[in-house]
Amino acid sequence: MNLLGSLFSSSLGRKFLMAATGLVLFGFVTGHLLGNLQVFLPPEKINAYGHMLESLGAGLWLIRLFLLACVVIHVWLAIQLTLENRAARPQDYGVTHTNRATLASRVMARTGLVVLAFILFHLAHFTVRIGHPQWSEHTFTLLNGTKVRDIHTMMVQGFSNVGVSVFYIIAVGLLSYHLAHGIVSMLQTLGLKNEKWTLGLERFAVAYCWGYFLLNAAIPVAVLGGLVKLHA
Amino acid sequence: MAKLDSKTPAGPLADKWQKHKQEIKLVNPANKRKYEVIVVGAGLAGSSAAATLAELGYRVKNFVFHDSPRRAHSIAAQGGINAAKNYQNDGDSVHRLFYDTLKGGDYRAREANVHRLAEVSVNIIDQCAAQGVPFAREYGGLLANRSFGGAQVSRTFYARGQTGQQLLLGAYSALSRMVGAGGVELHTNSEMLDLVVVDGHAKGIIVRDLITGAVSRHSADAVILATGGYGNVFNLSTYARQSNATAIWRAYKRGACLANPCYTQIHPTCIPVSGDYQSKLTLMSESLRNDGRIWVPKKKEDAKKDPASIAEADRDYFLERIYPSFGNLCPRDVASRAAKRMCDEGRGAGESGLGVYLDFSDAINRLGEAGVRERYGNLFDIYHEITAESAYKTPMRIYPAVHYTMGGLWVDYNLMSNIPGLFVLGEANFSDHGANRLGASALMQGLADGYFVIPYTIGDYLAQQKPGSRPPADRAEFKQAEENVTAMTKRFLANQGREPVSHFHKRLGKLMWEYCGMARTKQGLETALQKIPALREEFHANVKVPGSGDTLNQSLEQAGRVADFIELGELLCRDALTREESCGGHFREEYQHPDGECKRDDEKFGHVAAWEYQGEGQTPLRNTEPLNYEFTKMSVRSYK
Amino acid sequence: MVAPTTKKLFSVTLRVWRQAGPAQPGHFVDYPAANVNPDMSFLELLDVVNDGITKDGGEPIAFAHDCREGICGTCSCTINGKPHGPGQGIATCQLYMRSFADGDTIVVEPFRARAFPIQKDLVTDRSAFDQIQQAGGFISVRTGAAPDANSIPVPKEDADLAMDAAACIGCGACVAACKNASAMLFVAAKVSHLGLMPQGQPERDKRVFAMVQTMDAAGFGNCTNQYECSAVCPKTITHDFIARLNRDYLGALFRAKFKPVSNAAGGGGS
Repeated sequence: MNLLGSLFSSSLGRKFLMAATGLVLFGFVTGHLLGNLQVFLPPEKINAYGHMLESLGAGLWLIRLFLLACVVIHVWLAIQLTLENRAARPQDYGVTHTNRATLASRVMARTGLVVLAFILFHLAHFTVRIGHPQWSEHTFTLLNGTKVRDIHTMMVQGFSNVGVSVFYIIAVGLLSYHLAHGIVSMLQTLGLKNEKWTLGLERFAVAYCWGYFLLNAAIPVAVLGGLVKLHA
Repeated sequence: MAKLDSKTPAGPLADKWQKHKQEIKLVNPANKRKYEVIVVGAGLAGSSAAATLAELGYRVKNFVFHDSPRRAHSIAAQGGINAAKNYQNDGDSVHRLFYDTLKGGDYRAREANVHRLAEVSVNIIDQCAAQGVPFAREYGGLLANRSFGGAQVSRTFYARGQTGQQLLLGAYSALSRMVGAGGVELHTNSEMLDLVVVDGHAKGIIVRDLITGAVSRHSADAVILATGGYGNVFNLSTYARQSNATAIWRAYKRGACLANPCYTQIHPTCIPVSGDYQSKLTLMSESLRNDGRIWVPKKKEDAKKDPASIAEADRDYFLERIYPSFGNLCPRDVASRAAKRMCDEGRGAGESGLGVYLDFSDAINRLGEAGVRERYGNLFDIYHEITAESAYKTPMRIYPAVHYTMGGLWVDYNLMSNIPGLFVLGEANFSDHGANRLGASALMQGLADGYFVIPYTIGDYLAQQKPGSRPPADRAEFKQAEENVTAMTKRFLANQGREPVSHFHKRLGKLMWEYCGMARTKQGLETALQKIPALREEFHANVKVPGSGDTLNQSLEQAGRVADFIELGELLCRDALTREESCGGHFREEYQHPDGECKRDDEKFGHVAAWEYQGEGQTPLRNTEPLNYEFTKMSVRSYK
Repeated sequence: MVAPTTKKLFSVTLRVWRQAGPAQPGHFVDYPAANVNPDMSFLELLDVVNDGITKDGGEPIAFAHDCREGICGTCSCTINGKPHGPGQGIATCQLYMRSFADGDTIVVEPFRARAFPIQKDLVTDRSAFDQIQQAGGFISVRTGAAPDANSIPVPKEDADLAMDAAACIGCGACVAACKNASAMLFVAAKVSHLGLMPQGQPERDKRVFAMVQTMDAAGFGNCTNQYECSAVCPKTITHDFIARLNRDYLGALFRAKFKPVSNAAGGGGS
């Protein structure tokens, strides 16, 4: 059997795929956050960054397809493994007792589903721009004279809607919570944890998740609070 | 009258085994697969035998009453396994291990058997290390050793306090490999309830499936019993609750001689009894005696006091006082009886007065608490679980408890019983420990029998059986044995009794401990021989076995086992009564030196007593096999 | 040989899962127990309750037990939702009644998992563990073929770590506690024990494949890294061994794709 086939056909292989796609998506959301944080800089920066990404052309589509494949695999295997896990204990205990499994670890499917819904909304909102055709038309002139899409304005206008901002904050909160278990779990599944590193890795994960949540939440909060305004 | 020919090979002691291996018959490789061998039990002896015989090409059927072969009680052995490796360069040798074991057994074992045991001890360590048994290591990566009772060299190999577990898991892994490879057919939850003898040869067994209740017949070219000891005849012991003597007892009733049943080992370091509900006594490894010091108060009036309040000068370190050269490391029987004497004098510790202190304060001063924890941490944890006391802070309280039985089915040098085709290994046989077993020798014997003796000696028997000559399981002998088993089951289930099985087991245990425990007398044994048959009668009239026979029924299992224990208990007392001497684990108060040590009578009792069943209600026959000591002198055992 | 106790006795109610056979439905039954001595073990209380049931004409509770010192791995009760009950690093047989208080209701269930079907009451069939072992939980060494034990030095640190893993008693509490009834801690302990020893290297990749494949086939769930297993393990075996198993498995998987295989593999001698 080929490598991919072996991975998809065993429990540990599928766990590895969950972890590996998780790692990719983790890398993506981290990069995405770093890109977004440029909204706190002059509009020139984030718009130039957006233009750089868009000018990747076919490359951008390859990246998008790869990310999409990762999401599909991650979600598909999550559903499959969860169903198997339920089937592995057909009769539940009369008394349920949890020793140390964190709440985050026990609601992975639920946080994951909300995050999935959010991704669809988010793509529709800012990438396909359904309902906001004007965002496709706003332009911004970079210092070198290139006319590019005005992402800065799109973000400020988008987050000015309180409902959108609240959903965004809740979604990144749940995504952080998903990652709170996901990061350490991923390292365990990839076999990168050992007797010595465990504690350090766990601390890193907690710090990362808080940082991820607070920095993400800072964007809509800053827009609503008037800290980041429409540029002239 | 059974013929007891030990078949000990002639020649110099050190050459006997080599020579014997060269002389016995072999089965050619292509013929091996034509022979079926039944192995009952999967402890160290059973699983090592089953695995090794399957490796050789025999078709093996392994029967265990546990749900997995890994659960056999060998798993509970804590301290270690002896081997004459002399890795410590402290003067150890095969001869010294032989001598220590023979002397430790109070000169009641066969010289040739013990020497073979010492010889193959070195192979066992090699075998187990190669299987991946995680023995304790020194920093250089080589094997570590510790010392054990009855020896003045450091020859005990160990894996923390779980040596038995690790060795058993090693043997279990070898067995599992052969099950996976198809060489062994494994029958779990299967209890042997009868032996089938055809034309004088053991040719099969009757088995009850403990889950479905189905009774089945199994024929084979040879039957190996490796079913452990009979210590649970005392009810309270360090044995597992399910350990039983049913396989050997039913074989006895089919004509196999039971040798020296009165040699029972009482282990000095166990946690004392706390109440009537008690189901089991927990052993604290003998290795604790390496660093722990045993004492009782010098004055009776201090016995109930907090041990911390008793001044050093008021403590009697009695083993160090009486046995200065071996001190706390004197053999088990010696240490147990000394502890009993102290308690009989009224100086015993604890609420019951049945306990002595095992004190680690010196060791903690010397090694630090961490050092002691590294060596004995898990044992201290066990002690804490059971007593809610920390042995780091206050001395342990310990008391002797039944731990091992040296007696068992009689076997010759080939480990074959007096029934041809019936082989007996490990604790189930009587062969190597004489009247007392030294610490760390049980694991050695179990594995020696299974890995290195039976694979050779069984060939000698099988080579004389025509391939494919085993009888079919529809022969009359099988049918009769099966009917015997089903009838017994029916009788128990139909009995209109009132008391649960445990009631009788407890009463038997109390009788045995009182009259046939650490110290025995003629009068006590005669009393027991009156009371036990009465108990037996009452048991059969008044035992209540609920449920049915065609499902998992633990009461029914226990009923059969306790019925056998009652009968075996009677034989044990009879053996103890007729052995008018004291030796090793058999101590008759009438036969002792002024200092309370065993007084042997080599002239009259320098022999093996092998009991032969004569039918229900008949007094069994006492056969003897003389112990001819060609190379060693039976001398007075002294640990002073 | 038993002195009267000075301990304060108390009462509890046992709420026990009764199930006549694998196919029959089960249910809870309450059994009051009085005069409980705090020094009594939990299984000894079951013994006493069973004697009472027998005398009253009922059928006693079937429960698995043997050594009663926490090493054979037979006992397997889930007590108040936790395999082996309250306490850490103990098997059911090492649980003492002093862990409970007067008036407590103690809920006793079997280990529950599809791969451990109930045979009767509290007794389950854990032979799936044996099958996993038979698939690869060994080092292939024929009896008598071993070199001198000291010819293979094992660094003390490796031997100690291997021993940590080898301490597994095969009770199945890890499976029972896991939200997904996964057997990863058990398999990880076995694979790590042998994989940490130099003797275990030749079959290392083959072993991990075979054992994981058998585990998967037995119907256990998948590990979601919640570490309920190690929290209830009577030998406190750490879930770090699961990371090691994952590492071993992935390493073996990738190696298998690149390692050349001899054409003569499997051929006999001449």
